[in-house]
Amino acid sequence: MSAADLPGWAACLVVALALAGAAFSLIGSIGLLRLRGFYERAHAPALGATAGMALIVAASILYFSVAEGRLVLRDLVIGLFLTVTTPITLLLLGRAAAFRDRSERNADAPPDP
Amino acid sequence: MSSPEILAYGLGLAQLMLILAMVLAGWRVLRGPRAQDRVLGLDTVYLNGMLAIVTHGMRTDSGFYFEAALIVGMLGFAATVALAKFLIHGEVIR
Repeated sequence: MSAADLPGWAACLVVALALAGAAFSLIGSIGLLRLRGFYERAHAPALGATAGMALIVAASILYFSVAEGRLVLRDLVIGLFLTVTTPITLLLLGRAAAFRDRSERNADAPPDP
Repeated sequence: MSSPEILAYGLGLAQLMLILAMVLAGWRVLRGPRAQDRVLGLDTVYLNGMLAIVTHGMRTDSGFYFEAALIVGMLGFAATVALAKFLIHGEVIR
């Protein structure tokens, strides 16, 4: 069974999930571009890393499950991996930024712990 | 519209949105203003590129793009962690 004989409801649902996920990622990137300080900007891409990723992974699972006629859950690996790594990158990057701002005594540096 | 057309146009539009998101994040990489902003933009480029590859795999009905997406995600994680450590210590491995 290929994409040609995917039923209509599945195609519509897959497209809706993928478009919603892409919209979340796009909003996150717009936020990355438009927000002012680094500590505000650091939160914006998390929109794509959580909601956008989850919706697109759900679309992929649904698509391949319906197309192959069995439950295909391998895309959950991507979801699991991103769920584990996103907080780590944000934590390390935030620490690096705080360290740099404090050592340069910038005005917008976070207060010392 | 038949379901292949819905899939082709809808997933193509989703892919275009993800590529636009990559371009916006790439603009942040180029503009800065500081090194941590560039690293954050690079991480977002990796993330959106990975999602675009997953969407491309759906659009072309091929299961092989899953591995590519996984590897891109792992490379993005490793690159961001290495760059963040570099920003703190001035070297990646002490």
